[in-house]
Amino acid sequence: MTERCTGQQQGDHGQDNPPLGVQLSVDHHPDSPLTPQARIARQAELVAGLLAILPETFVLHEAEDLRPYECDGLSAYRQLPLAVALPGQVEEVQAILRLCQRLGVPVVARGAGTGLSGGALPHADGLLLSLARLKSILHIDPLARTARVQPGVRNLAISEAARPHGLYYAPDPSSQIACTIGGNVAENAGGVHCLKYGLTVHNLLKLEVITMEGERLTLGADALDAPGYDLLALLTGSEGLLGVVVEITVRLLPLPERAQVLLAAYDDIGQAGAAVGAIIAAGIIPAGLEMMDNPAIRAAEAFVHAGYPVEAAAILLCELDGANEEVSQDILRVRQILLESGAVEVRTARDEAERLLFWKGRKAAFPAVGRLSPDYYCMDGTIPRRRLSEVLGRIAAMSAAYGLPVANVFHAGDGNLHPLILYDANVPGELERTEELGGKILELCVEVGGTITGEHGVGKEKIDQMCVQFQPQELAQFHAVKAAFDPAGLLNPAKAVPTLHRCAEFGAMHVHANQLRFPDLPRF
Amino acid sequence: MNQDLTQMLAERVAAAQGAGRPQRIQGGGTKAWLGRTVEGETLEVAGHRGILSYEPTELVITARAGTPLAEIKVALAERGQWLAFEPPHFDVRPNPDGRPGADATLGGIIACGLSGPARPYAGAARDFVLGVRIINGRGEVLRFGGEVMKNVAGYDLSRLMVGAQGTLGVLLEVSLKVLPRPATDLTLALELTAGEAIDRFNRWAGQPLPLSAACHDGERAYVRLAGSEAAVQAARARLGGEAVGAGADFWRGVRELSHAFFRNPAPLWRLSLPPTAPHDPSLGPHFIDWGGALRWVQSEHPLWPVAQAAGGHATCYGRRPAGQPGLQVSGQAGDPPGGQVFQPLPPALLALHQRLKAALDPRGILNPGRLYRDL
Repeated sequence: MTERCTGQQQGDHGQDNPPLGVQLSVDHHPDSPLTPQARIARQAELVAGLLAILPETFVLHEAEDLRPYECDGLSAYRQLPLAVALPGQVEEVQAILRLCQRLGVPVVARGAGTGLSGGALPHADGLLLSLARLKSILHIDPLARTARVQPGVRNLAISEAARPHGLYYAPDPSSQIACTIGGNVAENAGGVHCLKYGLTVHNLLKLEVITMEGERLTLGADALDAPGYDLLALLTGSEGLLGVVVEITVRLLPLPERAQVLLAAYDDIGQAGAAVGAIIAAGIIPAGLEMMDNPAIRAAEAFVHAGYPVEAAAILLCELDGANEEVSQDILRVRQILLESGAVEVRTARDEAERLLFWKGRKAAFPAVGRLSPDYYCMDGTIPRRRLSEVLGRIAAMSAAYGLPVANVFHAGDGNLHPLILYDANVPGELERTEELGGKILELCVEVGGTITGEHGVGKEKIDQMCVQFQPQELAQFHAVKAAFDPAGLLNPAKAVPTLHRCAEFGAMHVHANQLRFPDLPRF
Repeated sequence: MNQDLTQMLAERVAAAQGAGRPQRIQGGGTKAWLGRTVEGETLEVAGHRGILSYEPTELVITARAGTPLAEIKVALAERGQWLAFEPPHFDVRPNPDGRPGADATLGGIIACGLSGPARPYAGAARDFVLGVRIINGRGEVLRFGGEVMKNVAGYDLSRLMVGAQGTLGVLLEVSLKVLPRPATDLTLALELTAGEAIDRFNRWAGQPLPLSAACHDGERAYVRLAGSEAAVQAARARLGGEAVGAGADFWRGVRELSHAFFRNPAPLWRLSLPPTAPHDPSLGPHFIDWGGALRWVQSEHPLWPVAQAAGGHATCYGRRPAGQPGLQVSGQAGDPPGGQVFQPLPPALLALHQRLKAALDPRGILNPGRLYRDL
């Protein structure tokens, strides 16, 4: 297994780790089939090959240089790679992939490393390919409404560059200030705007991709479609297992004339859920429709003082955007729907400052919850909206049974839940129980007709739950697709799609009750 | 009429795989001409039909692939919703009143990946696909994607099926995102040349206007606005032009290629280009749709190289046989070598397509050769 560290805060670096030497400091690793000697030899060979492609500054291999790369946004899993390469040119990426293909070295690509499912966790015997230096906005075409960018460009930087032309890039993951567009493509990232404007896949036109063999392919086009199979859609959300994206053409949209937000407070979370359905049934597609439960409201209010009603069982934030006349009309209609659905209070932001204040609490909800507890674990699952009330009730029951508080902040419009499980990693066994509760929540999502991941990806984190959502023949089909792109299985191995062997072991954990880690806990 | 033929179809495909017998997948047969000719046993899927679930507040409908498109549209219309990508029917037998008939199936429109005039503003067929159930070339029944808006678990094989024309799997069920129908729409006609129209369409698309279609028929430009009455009227005041009566009929003619422009015996070419690509009247008569991104051209000459040079691709839509509403069987225009229909792929990309085809259909029995000779 991958090395596990306690604590979720980045920077809390491995007190558990043995001290590492200065050079060629690879230790024996339980996941690695290689002997320590073989790993040292492989590292030496890899580093020598990389130094023939890149200047020395951009090849990292000493332990203290590798340490900052040991995890992505899910810092519960940590692993040092053999080396980190920082190419600055597409040709260098090609040469690096050809080198790794020749040496049989696994490659994990990474942008800003903000991913939350361990998708960019390094491989013990592999190379961490950082695309952070490929960070140019190559071209903005205001007339065609497109931006051609490199993978290391931050999501928000695209909208900032497009703004002078009255345009923006719609998908807005919460981490948009830091996350890169390349990572967004790898995870098919979402955000608040998804219900109306779609996920990353809906906002891409073209990708330049390097295969594991070092071949450069153009997928999609500057036109609205392309001949052959829709490989642009297939690559999007493939978590770096099919190719390395080196250039992206995104679609830009006109900035809406106006955006206006409503805040509704409810005494009953079920009523808030029903209100979401009522808005949509009325033919209105909000630009954002977000819900927070009481623990999340309290945490956010204590943190940012947005003026949230702290006694409410739930609040809904509903943003409408579009033409001025349309927004004026819809605000009145939504207000009426919210009141009829049982809201005890409905506020309309009076001006842009208040609109931003309403959103500030929602956007800061995760760090706000982080202040309440030494650690938290953010889950990501999607459910059909009509099951919302039932699912939240069952999460609350599980939370009580496990003795771990859960705060809920989520994209109510598209049924994408983000339960935050509060725990203390310094309490022995609590991280394991947290992960188990998280797994149960994801299985519940599948049971009610949803999915184990709405926008964060499977990565390392949810690989066992893939066995719950998919049948063996479906997983086998995924592996066959992977092999069509990467026959040697060197791109981001052991992520996203589990082996059938792994599923058999995971299933056994459920079948043989006496082998469960916490046999005294009630099962759901 | 609901009918589940999953087991029979899966057994047929499994047996065909064992014997290596190619299968020509057929639903309503309305798009048989769109692609290369497939030699093989006919696998009838039109009988596998019925809406399985539709929850308007979830904005999702799931139906069997053989369900007539018309039946789905009626069910959605009853709840004030629609398929926002406006799929064309291309029915061979339209109803007497000229409206689309009952032949086109859900599976056919998704397999062919066709989208109507709203495409640049509302999205394409693939943008609305949330999940599918398929039979792969091994006869295995598999489900990918789901019935929720956001689902990133596993590879997106559901969207991969869109436009694959059945070469990667037999579609059994499709879950689609649906949207509320706009409260109102209005079509404006403007006196613009084709070149002016392309420029104007692109400038407007960069502004917050409720556009839902924009075309040029060779003489005039037509723009459709859709949304709330207030928004449509405000936009009308900005754009000018004159309102067109029977706008729905006009756009149906564009969508179904039954507009007068398409009633011409010359071979028809579909050029999908960057929306700002310059207008080139020398190629032949043009009908411009998709706000400039789609150019229908009548030409006796193959237009694949021209489309590629302009940054896009071309598809040969064939000739319209005299006295028939539908288009001719493919591969006729300009007598292209080998019955080629779709834009040739670069060798590395074609090789990847072949490996992907083999991953889903190892013995190559599903609609072999329909997209490309070697696929």
